[in-house]
Amino acid sequence: MTNWKLILSIARTHLLTKFRQTAIAALGVTFGIGSYITLVGFMTGLNQMLDSLILNQTPHVHIFNEIEPSEEQPADLYTEFENSLIMIHSVKPKQSQKKIHNALALIDHLEKDRNVLAAIPQVKTQIFYISGSIELGGNLTGINAMQEVSYFNFGDYLIESEPESLENIDNAIFLGAGVAKKLSLSPGDRVQISTVKGNSFPLKVAGIFQSGIADLDNIQSFASIKTVQRILGEPENYITDINIKLKDIEQAPALANKIKKQFDLQAIDINTANAQFETGSTIRNLITYAVSITLLIVAGFGIYNILNMLIYEKMNDIAILKATGFSGTDVQFIFMSQAMIIGFVGGVLGLVIGYLLSVVIDRVPFETEALPTVSTYPINYDPWFYVIGIGFALISTFLAGYLPSRKAKNIDPVDIIRGQ
Amino acid sequence: MKTVLETKNINKYFKKPVLFHVLRDISFKVNPGEFVSIMGKSGCGKSTLLYILSTMDTDYEGELYLNDKLITGLDKDELSRIRSEFIGFVFQFHYLLGEFSVLENVMLPAKKLGRKSPEEIEYSAMEKLRMLGIEKLALKRASRISGGEKQRVAIARSLINDPIIIMGDEPTGNLDSFNSKLVFDIFQGLSKEQGLSLLVVTHDEDFAAKTDRIIEMGDGMILK
Ligand SMILES: Nc1ncnc2c1ncn2[C@@H]1O[C@H](COP(=O)(O)OP(=O)(O)O)[C@@H](O)[C@H]1O
Ligand SMILES: [Mg+2]
Repeated sequence: MTNWKLILSIARTHLLTKFRQTAIAALGVTFGIGSYITLVGFMTGLNQMLDSLILNQTPHVHIFNEIEPSEEQPADLYTEFENSLIMIHSVKPKQSQKKIHNALALIDHLEKDRNVLAAIPQVKTQIFYISGSIELGGNLTGINAMQEVSYFNFGDYLIESEPESLENIDNAIFLGAGVAKKLSLSPGDRVQISTVKGNSFPLKVAGIFQSGIADLDNIQSFASIKTVQRILGEPENYITDINIKLKDIEQAPALANKIKKQFDLQAIDINTANAQFETGSTIRNLITYAVSITLLIVAGFGIYNILNMLIYEKMNDIAILKATGFSGTDVQFIFMSQAMIIGFVGGVLGLVIGYLLSVVIDRVPFETEALPTVSTYPINYDPWFYVIGIGFALISTFLAGYLPSRKAKNIDPVDIIRGQ
Repeated sequence: MKTVLETKNINKYFKKPVLFHVLRDISFKVNPGEFVSIMGKSGCGKSTLLYILSTMDTDYEGELYLNDKLITGLDKDELSRIRSEFIGFVFQFHYLLGEFSVLENVMLPAKKLGRKSPEEIEYSAMEKLRMLGIEKLALKRASRISGGEKQRVAIARSLINDPIIIMGDEPTGNLDSFNSKLVFDIFQGLSKEQGLSLLVVTHDEDFAAKTDRIIEMGDGMILK
């Protein structure tokens, strides 16, 4: 039978009369938890931003037709040679087209899949940007701008332009930032392009595209699917690529495999495409947690130290309490609750300070060419960090308080009283 | 008639630094309402005996009875409870919790025992302080009052749970003659008017002479 009200009131008196030590111990926890919240929010915020930079632009599954040599040569089919060694020199790629066969039906089929959020067609082709006598090689991709905006954040990469204009303006093109710079073009200007076959077309610059990846911005431009089909002189079912966005990214490899087998197409999933990228974020997370835990452990030792000191100073009080009827367990609870109060107050303060610091960092301008979508440092406000933070504060103060308080429990009052 | 406190053949040894037989075959009784003093040379084992009688020290041989009940061998938590319920203890050095108010010091043992409501506890604590003439100090910090006052607070605290016996280890040893007399009068009043038993170690011949009975100790034994 423990009288918690009494124990807490004794603990409170001890803490308040030793306010300076209490404050220092609590600030130790505050510092640990505050830096944990700030650090983990900042680091995972950066990670998420870098992840999303890739994830937003990269389809979960990318389907296209690859030009490759036939695996089966006619000689393989001829039964007479079945048991012979066949040697064929100078194998050439099969005569085939980039077009995905029956693409529109395939898209319909894919969109019926429960896991698929969207399957979006593209038409890719190589072109030349013509400026006077100069021909600049590049890529033109025909897209459905509004779908690209909804599923692949295409709008984030457009400067001084609205994605709608690609559909609304006749023969509109979004020029890569590098191309626009080289050709001194800005929105509203006209640009002449020519296909590989030599046909040239005038297009209207409706906007500038900047991904932050220079190699891409120097060659890549976008137009509507219809415009590109018209330039190439191909019909409406001419589709070269299909990009799939899934509800659950984990399903990507399975779906890619299925498509490869079922439709005899190339299908690359995002995990395969960005394997090394994932390793990078895992290691960054690991470092974040290592640093945070170190901070919290240091704070824990601070609490241990201060409680030890407090108990040493309170030897007399402990003896008196025990001599007047308090049990060892009562005394232990008195010191444990002091530790927990320090942990709780320090921890909550740490969460508040961590949050405030995060808000400050969140406002600090962070502008870089490489990341056109970002204007301030990114912060992840995941509530789980706050739960983990306060949990760790309580657990570490519990552990730090446990040993000293057990010592207090076992102090023999007679030893103290006799010592006077 | 009941005996309040009885010991049968209590022996105690200190094993460190060398084996030392500090208490030898201590057997005596204290009756209800009796005011008993213990005298003896410094180092003869008076304090050691009192710690055993107050149940704080359990490392001894022999038997200890309180209200005719054997309490030797009970576990520590039970002893804590018995201590707070039946025994009041006054030390030579006024052992108060310096950070708490005088009133809180007096109330704490009663709050721990939890027999009464907080209001009742505060009421009876004020009652005890008034009886000892220090009710004006109730809200002062215990560390900010004089030695004689502290000892009276300690006596008030020892009375708060209405114990059956008060033990004192040289409670006047640190006080001037005025305060010594004050404390003695308080003890005598408790014994005469309230029928409390008292067992007080003292060096003061005059003090002892006025008690009901003197137990003389020497070299760990009761002499007479
Ligand atoms: N913890 C201890 N260890 C060893 N010897 C002790 C201890 N406490 C007291 N003593 C010895 O026991 C004897 C009795 O001490 P104590 O009971 O304090 O005497 P008194 O109170 O009569 O002056 C003394 O000789 C003292 O030195
Ligand atoms: Mg002594």
